[in-house]
Amino acid sequence: MDSIFVIEQLLNGLGYGLMLFLLAAGLSLVFGIMDTMNLAHGSLYMAGAYIAARAHEAGAGFATAVLAAVAATVVIAFLLEQAIVRRLYARDHLAQVIATFGVILIADDVVKAIWGPSPVMAAMPAALAGPVQLLPELPYPAYRLLLIGVGLLVALGLYLLVSHTRIGMLVRAGASNRGMAELMGVRVGRVFSFVFVLGAALAALAGALMGPISAVQIGMGEAILIPALVVIVIGGIGSVRGAFVAALLVGMVDTAGRAFLPPALRAVLPPALAAELGAALAGIAMYLLMAAVLILKPAGLFPARG
Amino acid sequence: MLKLKSAALALALAAAVGAHAADPIKVGVALDISGPFATIGAETRDGLNLAIEQLGGKLGGFDAEFLQTDFAGNPEQATQLVRRYLQAEKIDFFTGPVASNSALAVGPALFAAKVPFLSSNPGPSQFAGKQCNPYFFGVYQNDTYDEAAGRVANDKGYRNMVLIAPNYPAGKDHLGGFKRLYEGAVKEEIYTKVGQIDYAAEIARIRAAKPDAVYFFLPAAMGINFIKQYVAGGLKDIPLIGPGFSADQDTLAAVGEPAVGLFNTAHWAHDLDLPANKAFVEAFRNKYDGRYPTVYAAQAYDVVMAMDAAVREVEGRVDDREAVLAALRKADFDSVRGEFRYGANNYPVQNYYLRVVEKRADGTITNRLVGTVLEQHQDAYVGDCKM
Repeated sequence: MDSIFVIEQLLNGLGYGLMLFLLAAGLSLVFGIMDTMNLAHGSLYMAGAYIAARAHEAGAGFATAVLAAVAATVVIAFLLEQAIVRRLYARDHLAQVIATFGVILIADDVVKAIWGPSPVMAAMPAALAGPVQLLPELPYPAYRLLLIGVGLLVALGLYLLVSHTRIGMLVRAGASNRGMAELMGVRVGRVFSFVFVLGAALAALAGALMGPISAVQIGMGEAILIPALVVIVIGGIGSVRGAFVAALLVGMVDTAGRAFLPPALRAVLPPALAAELGAALAGIAMYLLMAAVLILKPAGLFPARG
Repeated sequence: MLKLKSAALALALAAAVGAHAADPIKVGVALDISGPFATIGAETRDGLNLAIEQLGGKLGGFDAEFLQTDFAGNPEQATQLVRRYLQAEKIDFFTGPVASNSALAVGPALFAAKVPFLSSNPGPSQFAGKQCNPYFFGVYQNDTYDEAAGRVANDKGYRNMVLIAPNYPAGKDHLGGFKRLYEGAVKEEIYTKVGQIDYAAEIARIRAAKPDAVYFFLPAAMGINFIKQYVAGGLKDIPLIGPGFSADQDTLAAVGEPAVGLFNTAHWAHDLDLPANKAFVEAFRNKYDGRYPTVYAAQAYDVVMAMDAAVREVEGRVDDREAVLAALRKADFDSVRGEFRYGANNYPVQNYYLRVVEKRADGTITNRLVGTVLEQHQDAYVGDCKM
């Protein structure tokens, strides 16, 4: 195991973590501030991926396609909030889970009706299709570097928005104590709508960017929702900072488990057992991390509620 | 008045008898129109419907009824549907489900009711070996694609390979199938999470292992993710071999350019040079907007043609199940896969081919037949079958 291999895996963990962060930040805000469990977040991710893929295929430039996907998903999310999610704020979590699960089923069928049941092609922009030579012995996919760059930019942007703007202050106020914020004259309803749409935009961005390196297909949002939920539980519900740290942790732990565990086990165990055990442990690494955090800090690493 | 009544009764009786004589042959079809195998299910349906249309809705010249119902890829729902087909509809043949778990779930009820189950895709090892049954007819055994790929690796002179599959029983079975005929060394066997999205860590391990080639069994979305990331990661120079499922038309449409150069094995290819196959591919492309059929469509088409031949052979007397089974075993029809015969376990002994994904001059990305890998190959489980 040489240093190149370790550097490459660190980059992989960073990239995967930042991608999870894009998805988890929105989910965490919606859950933390509105106390609303929105399972349909994954459907917004799917919408972003499909719209970007189709727009790109229809001839739009890649950046234009991504922006179009974000814009279209924002509109969808706005309508969804007005029509359904708004009515769920005052209900209990079970009602929210059931209603938003229903939205998932409907979204999947709508996508199937429009684009068919088969996965669609999301082409990579030609300029980023190959690897770039980061170090003499380390070629790294150019597209993954783009993902890392965008992820860091979005994290910075969210930090500035949440910590240094007036709307960010209202968002934090709503997240830490909703009742008090309302008493202080914050129009929580408007903040809710803003946060929901912001979360949707982040989900759409994640979906649009993930398209070229993953399968754009029905159900893609559900598959990625599970690691995103793990992230917000570790990070502390409602905290963008927590989502960021937790996403990077999950990305690193998951990648390290898959990259280093099997070879390490093979050095000490018979090959068949090492392959079996390594794969099993790597599969549950992120859940072990979640369990450990929950034991030490039951409200997550950075709880938004005091 | 009495006369009128008896006349009416006679008429009704006559109508009932007449209706019975013209009772259509009933085929129960369980389709994956929704659920995890919806893409493949749509191909199955299209292949079936093309054959039904070509036969004018008849089997062997006799009226037939094809009951098509979606069961969402759920084995439990498949079991309920088959119960209804058996009790209410009294079906004479069954086909349709995509996945082995559903096939295994519905098999016992069909076998008990003596209804032939012509698989349009799944070929579980159980039905090929210890649990084989005269009422089950396979189209290929699940491991045979991997066995063919192992032979391809030998033929190409690969001595060091990395194998990758999801960490679940079928993943291990498929890699086991590959190793059955592969004679070189396995540098590393990588097992990934089921439904994994990101393969960067595994791709780095492959790069570090520097193998001659990589064999992957990653069905559906996992394969799409893997191929895209493998090529973006700059590993295009290390040849990738997969089973035909990961390089069929439905997958190619989603992967696009990165799939070019992918070697894959199957028991059928759309450019297989046989009159029956050429006619099938042309008719399929005419009916369905010029798209190429997948192996799933080809298999479904063959299943209906096999039923047609069997019904013709028994002259419509489908109630004589022994005769129907004997006729089905003869497989007296022009299969789009070419010549095959059934082995002792009712799984076909047939050819397996190597295909490679190419980009044609007109920009379409599709498979080209390279050659025959295994001739008249039989699965590894036939020895366990005591029929």
